[in-house]
Amino acid sequence: MDILDRFAIPPHDDPMLYGSLVAIVIVTIAIIAGLTYFKKWGYLWREWLTTVDHKRIGIMYLISALVMLFRGGADAILLRAQLAVPENSLLDAQHYNEIFTTHGIVMILFMAMPFIMALMNFVVPLQIGARDVAFPRLNALSFWLFFMGAMLLNISFVIGGSPDAGWTSYFPLAGNDFSTSVGTNYYMIAIQIAGIGTLMTGINFITTILKMRAPGMGLMQMPMFTWSSLIANVIIVFAFPVLTVALAMGTFDRLFGTHLFSTTNGGMDMLWANLFWVWGHPEVYILILPAFGIYSEIISTFSRRNLYGYKAMVGSMVIISLLSFLVWTHHFYTMGQGALTNSIFSITTMAIAVPTGVKIFNWLFTMYKGKIEITTPMLYAIMFIPLFTIGGATGVMLGMSAADYQYHNTMFLVAHFHNTIIPGVVFAMLAGLTYYWPKMFGFMLNERIGKWAAWMNCIGFLLAFMPMYVTGLDGQARRMYTYSASTGYGPLNMVSFVGAAVMAIGFVLIAYNIYYSTRYASRDIGSDPWNARTLEWATHTPVPGYNFATLPQVDSNEALWSAKKKGHKLFDSKYEKIHMPNNSGVPFIMSAIFFVWGFSLVFSLWIPAILATIGIFACMAHRSFEKDHGHYISVQEVEQTEKKLRGVS
Amino acid sequence: MKWKWALLSSVITMTTVLTGCEPLLVLDPKGPQAQQQAKDIMLSIGIMSFVLAVVLGLLIFMLVKYRASKQSEDYEPPHIEGNTLVEVICVGIPVIIVAFLSYVSVQSNYIVEAAPKGYEDKPPLVVYASSSDWKWHFSYPEENIETVNYLYIPTDRALEFKLYSYGPITSFWIPQLGGQKYAMSDMVTTLHLAADVPGEYMGRNANFSGKGFAENTFSVKAMPEKEFQEWVDEVKQTAKPLTKEKFEELLEPGHLGQSTYTGTHLEFLPPPEGHNHGSSDTEAVESNSHKELEDHSQMNH
Repeated sequence: MDILDRFAIPPHDDPMLYGSLVAIVIVTIAIIAGLTYFKKWGYLWREWLTTVDHKRIGIMYLISALVMLFRGGADAILLRAQLAVPENSLLDAQHYNEIFTTHGIVMILFMAMPFIMALMNFVVPLQIGARDVAFPRLNALSFWLFFMGAMLLNISFVIGGSPDAGWTSYFPLAGNDFSTSVGTNYYMIAIQIAGIGTLMTGINFITTILKMRAPGMGLMQMPMFTWSSLIANVIIVFAFPVLTVALAMGTFDRLFGTHLFSTTNGGMDMLWANLFWVWGHPEVYILILPAFGIYSEIISTFSRRNLYGYKAMVGSMVIISLLSFLVWTHHFYTMGQGALTNSIFSITTMAIAVPTGVKIFNWLFTMYKGKIEITTPMLYAIMFIPLFTIGGATGVMLGMSAADYQYHNTMFLVAHFHNTIIPGVVFAMLAGLTYYWPKMFGFMLNERIGKWAAWMNCIGFLLAFMPMYVTGLDGQARRMYTYSASTGYGPLNMVSFVGAAVMAIGFVLIAYNIYYSTRYASRDIGSDPWNARTLEWATHTPVPGYNFATLPQVDSNEALWSAKKKGHKLFDSKYEKIHMPNNSGVPFIMSAIFFVWGFSLVFSLWIPAILATIGIFACMAHRSFEKDHGHYISVQEVEQTEKKLRGVS
Repeated sequence: MKWKWALLSSVITMTTVLTGCEPLLVLDPKGPQAQQQAKDIMLSIGIMSFVLAVVLGLLIFMLVKYRASKQSEDYEPPHIEGNTLVEVICVGIPVIIVAFLSYVSVQSNYIVEAAPKGYEDKPPLVVYASSSDWKWHFSYPEENIETVNYLYIPTDRALEFKLYSYGPITSFWIPQLGGQKYAMSDMVTTLHLAADVPGEYMGRNANFSGKGFAENTFSVKAMPEKEFQEWVDEVKQTAKPLTKEKFEELLEPGHLGQSTYTGTHLEFLPPPEGHNHGSSDTEAVESNSHKELEDHSQMNH
């Protein structure tokens, strides 16, 4: 039984853990039973697990992101509940540490990232008038690697123990001396697997955007979301290799006894912090730039006006992407680098406020002389502008290094980054979800419920995070699992808990909205329900597999709008046969082997790890020798599909 | 929609009111370094409130004036590419604000990284503050005493903390005296503080360091020089000597109350050799204090 003990979770007698274990087992059995009963295994394999269609991959990213949103959200509620009253005993220190660690990892890497990937996958090829991404099978591999990485991290909850050294996982705390469970092994390997997928996405989308734009679409004719995706993917390609190396080094320290980050034998603990943030800070912009892109599309659509200062918008994103690599030290001003180093990084950090400010003003001027319609996506965008300004303003405050000695490691910092990520990224993703939902699923989400949810999220956000600025300035450090009543942090932490609960209602409303609209919403919405301006709305709803029967001719960054208003002719009516990629099971199988590989490494099971490594290389060899030239869709088939879809829409 | 705005404004009012109750620790400084930081914080809050007000004002103007419901059905919004003057203003004003704040920030960096002003007449009191899971050890080489989890300091001298850690990275923080700095296991960092006013202050490790992190606090008592000297004398008469065995026992992970010893662990377990070199003047200060340390230990032998 000794062998089995390794897989047990360290605190053995927590009813909450056993409850979730049972829940996970029941849900898994229910899914398997359901698929078998309704004979859906074949459908699942043919249509989803082996698909290389960017739209389906986008939807799978979306589902994963929503599931992870609820998992990370449950963590958040537990954290706030624990801190709601002084000296609470809902969670013990170890449990609290595990929950805030997984909350961070899940929300950043397994919620925000796939959410952005979902929209990028679904929207970018449509927006540039392409039929798929440049490397469709690589795209499927990206998704499945992300998925397996996410699953690997999630099973740490019930097998072996969750990581407990914070999402930043600073060494030496994350080393074997101080973090004794396998939790940090999960961290190193699960993020590594997902990270490889992200890096591939970066390469894939840069190629797609640079090489596969529709005729007439120069770089400066690209819609803003495509621009933001391009820049985000360039950042991915430069930043993620650093994470790959850092995680590999961390894995060596944890599994193979090296001393790269340890306190003894010449290890350098600060090296981890530096490498982590050389990736970590650009990562923030990988998240926020596509969000900016989404807001640009939405604000322009619902102001019924072109985006103000298009060139300035592009320029400011390029500057942000460059600066994002020059600020990492501001995450540890307090490491003792001295006044000169801190001064340099303080200036580069605050400099980011300038291009960001330009964007904020350009969104405001896009509304100028517009005809503003407040739909759910637009409501999120309107809430975003002032809330994100607060987040940006406190970011400038944190950038002032001398003052940062007082903000660092406190709830002030926690308030700041939630203040940028929630209105910035999460609201953008919810707005994007509502905006693109009709294109994805052929019906609109209910506006009334959607607006209720937006208001709940906004008010909940303010209640949850504004008090943290105050308690931070009052000396409440972050990551404390409890505090004494004499500190006086109690009432404001209770307000935060109430805010978290209000946000939870908001997210439940979104889930309810999906259910409600699936049942009751009209399916007769046409291809362009929002009266939008860009190419993704020029094709049918539902979007046919080949996206566009003939490739669109583009004359501006608002091709559909100029077709609507200036009579620009988008499509040639003569069909040709269309070349499309074949589905493949290899990405799924290879990623599943990666999962086995990761799990084996977490528990130092060397023989399965070696076998899995061979399996991974076998998959790559198979791909190298495989002759797969895709297939053609004949003209007749295109004609039939088009006729059918035109009938619908 | 009105009730939503009402709710929203009540939320904001509530937060503001709750804020106004008591002075927040960081904004209630009791030493020159904390004072400098509080000044910077208030200044940046002021400037940032102005920025926020401008953005909010513009947003409200656009929403009130250009709502679809305020316009005729057939109104077609114009196509506007951009306006050079507007864009120069949008870039220019933020650049001026950021340049000004950069100037303030750089100046403050050199202030908080140097010995505090107004204490030049006496050499700073050097205290070696080291952390172990989840305690703080304070060694006073000059006085040749050591305490655990509490810190007594005089109000008439500058303080120079030498920080390092037996274990994970920790961060030494006394909010009312000044900002924090990391304590790490392979190098010594220096934090300059001073207390103007006698009183008791909260001190803690601010950097997450595992299970016992929440309780990783210490108490700080600032007192006039005479009282401080009396305390030192009393410790020397009453406290037990700190032996190597005793110190190793203290290092065991766990929580301890406060305790006091004669002698310091620096004699048998010197701090890590690496120094984090900042600007050249901090380096000079570091080597000075080293000489002092050596002088003092010779004195004691």
